[in-house]
Amino acid sequence: MEIPYTVNARQDTGLWNAKIGIWLFLASEVMLFGGLFSSYIFLRLGSGQVPGYVWPMHVLNVPMGAFNTLVLIGSSVTVILSWAALKLREWRMFKIWMGLTLLCALTFLVVKGFEYSAKFTHYGVFMRSGEILTGHHLHEVGEHYTLVPDAEGHGARGAAASAKGGAGHETQGTPGTQGTEASHPAGESQGAFPAGVTKLPDGTLQIEKAKVIRASNHGPRYNTFYAIYFTLTGLHALHVIGGMVVLGYYFFRGHVLYKVNPEHLANRVEIGGLFWHFVDLVWIFLFPLLYLL
Amino acid sequence: MAHGPEEIRKHVRFYIGIFAALLVLTAITVGLSYIHIGPEGDNRGNMVVGMLIAAFKAGLVGAFFMHLSSERPLIYRILIFTFIFVIGLFLLFVASFHDNIPPLF
Repeated sequence: MEIPYTVNARQDTGLWNAKIGIWLFLASEVMLFGGLFSSYIFLRLGSGQVPGYVWPMHVLNVPMGAFNTLVLIGSSVTVILSWAALKLREWRMFKIWMGLTLLCALTFLVVKGFEYSAKFTHYGVFMRSGEILTGHHLHEVGEHYTLVPDAEGHGARGAAASAKGGAGHETQGTPGTQGTEASHPAGESQGAFPAGVTKLPDGTLQIEKAKVIRASNHGPRYNTFYAIYFTLTGLHALHVIGGMVVLGYYFFRGHVLYKVNPEHLANRVEIGGLFWHFVDLVWIFLFPLLYLL
Repeated sequence: MAHGPEEIRKHVRFYIGIFAALLVLTAITVGLSYIHIGPEGDNRGNMVVGMLIAAFKAGLVGAFFMHLSSERPLIYRILIFTFIFVIGLFLLFVASFHDNIPPLF
């Protein structure tokens, strides 16, 4: 069966059908992301209600996020240039621009993968005293945890930021004392470790389990911020993968349709491009909300 | 929409201009996030400025990359409804946050 109005516009709508289809789909996508963005608003407003709780800011890798923004905006341009090349019937240029788009998408995912793995191998130990010790290589040894603490300097700042992030919310102590403790970053001075923590000669911390509420990596369960961060960026990354599948199909199989009806392929690329711009658009909001503000 | 080859070549130059504008705006967003705007201990100034820039960038992408600057009325009608619904969704969350329901018992 022939699908009608793939190239020529319908009289009553003035559009070819796929154009309406993709916009209806994008409308539903706006509501999907809108639901998660409103969760973000709700969580963030709620975090302001807890005394001593400060929403974590600048805890993600800003250069990596900025680089990914650049890559994604760049891929938005290349996808539209590939469409323009098809409109001009320049097949070679179409292949080049579409190839670059796919390369950008792959780069985005690889960078995101590095960011994720950095968070998954970075641990935080929530002490009963309200402090949070952060570091790498967390292991359980009998009645103790061992942890290689973050280096002083940038690591100490990271510890302070996550201590603020967790204080009063995840821990059950009084918010007042946590506020003061949060200003003492872990590892600031060697004698300032909370009770139950001893520093071994090689610099590793030995932490009594009895003094610990919980210990985990900076995954979704770490705190509210990481929960919404992984949910939003995870869904966005799935959209990037979905976009790659569609654009990859045009790249590898487009020649079949191009020989029969090049205008139809150009329209398909426009539709795929519209989805791709939407993915870019979501990232334009995600980047400042999660990395910067 | 019928695009002549000349028109498309002109568009291409325009798209690259938009790309440059988006990059500049991204740099501005990153820079501004390290400068505190508004009273001490209040993040709302930065939030408003950051979101305004993001909305402007989204507008550029929507209007020019997604061709919304010259689209058919039916598309606008779909988007007006989407806009109303998504803003309504945000407002519902904000309203439910500010509505302190008294305990039942």
